[in-house]
Amino acid sequence: MSFITRGFTGRGRERDDRLPPGQTLVGDFPVLSAGPTPDIDTADWEFTIRTESGAQHSWNWDQLMALPIEDVTTDIHCVTHWSKLGTGWRGVALDTLFEGVDTDYAYTMAHSYGGYTTNVPLDDLLDGKAWIAFEFDGEPLDPEHGGPARLLVPHLYFWKSAKWVRGLVMMEDDEPGFWEQNGYHLRGDPWKEERYW
Amino acid sequence: MSDSPTVPTTATVPRAGWHVATVARTSRETPSAARLELDVDGWPGNAAGQHLDVRLTAEDGYTATRSYSIASSGDGSRVVLAVDELPDGEVSPFLVEAVRAGDMLEVHGPLGAFFVWRPETNGGAARPVQLIAGGSGVVPLFAMAQAHADADDPTPFRLLYAVRTPDDVYFADELAALAAARAPFRLDLVYSRRAPDGWPTPPGRITRGQLEAAAIPAADRPVVFVCGSTGFVEQVASWLIELGHDPRDIRTERFGGT
Repeated sequence: MSFITRGFTGRGRERDDRLPPGQTLVGDFPVLSAGPTPDIDTADWEFTIRTESGAQHSWNWDQLMALPIEDVTTDIHCVTHWSKLGTGWRGVALDTLFEGVDTDYAYTMAHSYGGYTTNVPLDDLLDGKAWIAFEFDGEPLDPEHGGPARLLVPHLYFWKSAKWVRGLVMMEDDEPGFWEQNGYHLRGDPWKEERYW
Repeated sequence: MSDSPTVPTTATVPRAGWHVATVARTSRETPSAARLELDVDGWPGNAAGQHLDVRLTAEDGYTATRSYSIASSGDGSRVVLAVDELPDGEVSPFLVEAVRAGDMLEVHGPLGAFFVWRPETNGGAARPVQLIAGGSGVVPLFAMAQAHADADDPTPFRLLYAVRTPDDVYFADELAALAAARAPFRLDLVYSRRAPDGWPTPPGRITRGQLEAAAIPAADRPVVFVCGSTGFVEQVASWLIELGHDPRDIRTERFGGT
């Protein structure tokens, strides 16, 4: 179903191939959050991966900073129709964090400070596709954008890049997190416009 | 991470889908905003606080999609929007200036299941509600206040509404009627640029003191809905936490993010 809207001409005629369907380029960095921005001190920060055996792999801030840090330049796409192209981040690849993790489960639930959750398949986190990011545009990540550290999974809609991330719990089956229970798609591929269920 | 606080879960909302909306009526809401009343074919109804996407298509197939909060709620297929014209916008100037009755638009919704209030008679919790709006952020909060009055819901409701001038108040007549309705509702206005003649306080940005004076105290455990610009929401939400509100009781929606 699609029809021409009487009188609408639009402005952004030059389509950029990097822009998924239904997205609009923005210059600023809008904020999408369901609640207040939590105040997290890096001295108290911890990130934990928990597997089906009950094993917990944890890193505090200093331990995270001691891992190989990667520069990432990537496009990001929010479900609310804005995109930014060529954004610059620094972070630690999930490949690095999963090196010593033994799991047969194929799904994860990302948990954030503040209690929010989002589900991400493990395949979407590995092979250079996801990071724990703590710098944006050369500056420490602002709290309102998820600082001190957020998940960065730029090939999926940006709500999957959980702000204020504190851990991943391995799951046998794909289960909806907070955003997905509240109407967002289980996977969220922007090129397929997987916005809502 | 079993110690994670539990975010309140939400009740089910109607399933989202694409619909054809026919503009039934447009009217000027404020000097910069229009009210659009849409008859949406097959609309499943919506809860107060939900939003929808509007998709416009040009003759060459170019499309532009934006999200708008819904000012109405209930089972009907009449959906009310109030759209603020952004000076550099692509979609909002079209909706505010060019759209007229009889035009057809594509809409997708209803969307969102968290920034939602429902009356106690419809599965909601019997907790007082504090609404805090900055500018056009009042739209989904007005829907909640109207739903509260329509349900004759006995839980206390308050709306703290920060707005530039008296001319910029959305739903001015409706809000006055809500204040006079039987369901307990109180409206507190804060003017940032120009206040009405004889207004007790000079215009200015909202202060923590004004928030504390006008908001339901944290001890009463209200659910708080905050909607406005990112700067407004960040400031108000951090004050609310300083004033003792549990972060999990504060639900936010920010312009640009929606």
